[in-house]
Amino acid sequence: MSNVTMNPEVPAGVTLPIYMDNHATSPMDPRVLEAMLPYFSGKFGNAASRNHSFGWEAEQAVEQAREQIARLIGATAKEIIFTSGATESNNLAIKGIAEMYRERGNHIITQVTEHKAVLDTCKRLEKYGYRVTYLPVKADGLIDLDDLRRAIDDKTILVTIMSANNEIGVLQPVAEIGKICHEKGVIFHTDAVQAVGKVPVDVQAMNIDVLSLTAHKIYGPKGVGALYVRRRNPRVQIAAQIDGGGHERGMRSGTLNVAGIVGLGKACAIAQEEMATEAEHLRAMRDHLRARMEAELDYVEVNGSWEHRLPGNLNMSFIYVEGESLLMGINDVAVSSGSACTSATLEPSYVLKALGLGDDVAHSSIRFGLGRFNTMAECDYVADKVIGIVKKLRELSPLYEMVKEGIDLSKIEWAAH
Amino acid sequence: MAYSDKVVDHYNNPRNVGTLDKSSEEVGTGLVGAPECGDVMRLQIRVNPETQVIEEAKFKTFGCGSAIASSSLATEWVKGKTVAEALEIRNTDIVKELALPPVKIHCSVLAEDAIRAAIGDWKKKNGVAETEAVAAH
Repeated sequence: MSNVTMNPEVPAGVTLPIYMDNHATSPMDPRVLEAMLPYFSGKFGNAASRNHSFGWEAEQAVEQAREQIARLIGATAKEIIFTSGATESNNLAIKGIAEMYRERGNHIITQVTEHKAVLDTCKRLEKYGYRVTYLPVKADGLIDLDDLRRAIDDKTILVTIMSANNEIGVLQPVAEIGKICHEKGVIFHTDAVQAVGKVPVDVQAMNIDVLSLTAHKIYGPKGVGALYVRRRNPRVQIAAQIDGGGHERGMRSGTLNVAGIVGLGKACAIAQEEMATEAEHLRAMRDHLRARMEAELDYVEVNGSWEHRLPGNLNMSFIYVEGESLLMGINDVAVSSGSACTSATLEPSYVLKALGLGDDVAHSSIRFGLGRFNTMAECDYVADKVIGIVKKLRELSPLYEMVKEGIDLSKIEWAAH
Repeated sequence: MAYSDKVVDHYNNPRNVGTLDKSSEEVGTGLVGAPECGDVMRLQIRVNPETQVIEEAKFKTFGCGSAIASSSLATEWVKGKTVAEALEIRNTDIVKELALPPVKIHCSVLAEDAIRAAIGDWKKKNGVAETEAVAAH
């Protein structure tokens, strides 16, 4: 073994373990928690109770949150429907639109790197007779707008394309997609879970008709999300998927999670206030991480467009090193990998494969998800640690040795197992 | 996933990492797995032509922690054994020793394959038939 720094010193101000997986979920902002706390005990009313002060108090809090969310995305409060999170929002949007507009057509357009909450919902609709087009993505992870234009036909009722990807952080051309959809009279839904609060999202300017968001990705609580449903130009209708007391204008029954909703509202208000400065901070940390890795390691690649990307996302492949073994070596840093070994299905990331990357590159990928509470000192510690482990694992890697000797790995007949 | 202490130990302190001269008559090289599958193991042995004892074993592995540990353990186990004895190592022994969970059993299978491939390569080089090696045991 060469003298690589396996255990860099922990710099002052850095506490281990370091959380750098903010695309999975984010820690609650203490200000959000503070706003929520009264609604667990003293202010426990049901927002649907119309005839006493407990209910009014809860309702008032919910309506304030609705305003805060609407303001962040350029909507009006009446267009916000509360849900249990983005998975439910996506299900409600896609199934609800499919059902409501069945007379008009049965064709839905999405793309291959969507979250499973969208892809699997579309797959289910296929079983019920809907036709779904899965647009490919280019090597940078973005869809080709001409593909979209060509895919729309007279039976198309819905286009659902995510705003930002959860693995590689690339930003789809949402405004252009919205424009195309409006020209063609097709409803445009976007899963904006990773984008809202991180980059500017404006449903008016971007012609978004329906939008899913969730609290826990923006330093709010888990278990609460929202769906924006456009009321004018055009008015979008959604068939309820959960029946009951007719809450949320009949679109989503169920007693409102008042404390959670207050948290979501507060999280949106903070994001609106701080997004611009926070994005700068995230971008600086992300660029620094990348620069350190590239300066000290060979065979590293950034996956997905660098230009059209969330400020807090860095997805890199450390070729000839397997992702899970890399994570094992940095076990005091929480990040995630596209390696098969880290997934429940034992398949490498379908997102990375969609970019045209080989499985071997996908196996070697690490996603760094920077967030509000990360610091530059943490980035340096993580960079030191990753660089040390990658060097160590490459000394262990027969592939790295072979490549260094000038052997073309693609020419070898591997015994696949 | 939680790793057993033994897997962590092999990962942190892999035994017998390195490369032997694959052109040597005394050296057998086994290269198994595939980059697309996320694991490739190379196991090499140097066999004493007189005694057929494996005097040296080296490995390099691209793969998860369990794959690294399985191949590291395999080098430890084959060292000092005759070729015939080494062929008796089973992947189940590796699973037991490293306490591998079901999803990692394929790592042990790959390690057994690597041992067999290395021995097979050595036999081919030295014109040893399967039966002769067993007879020498």
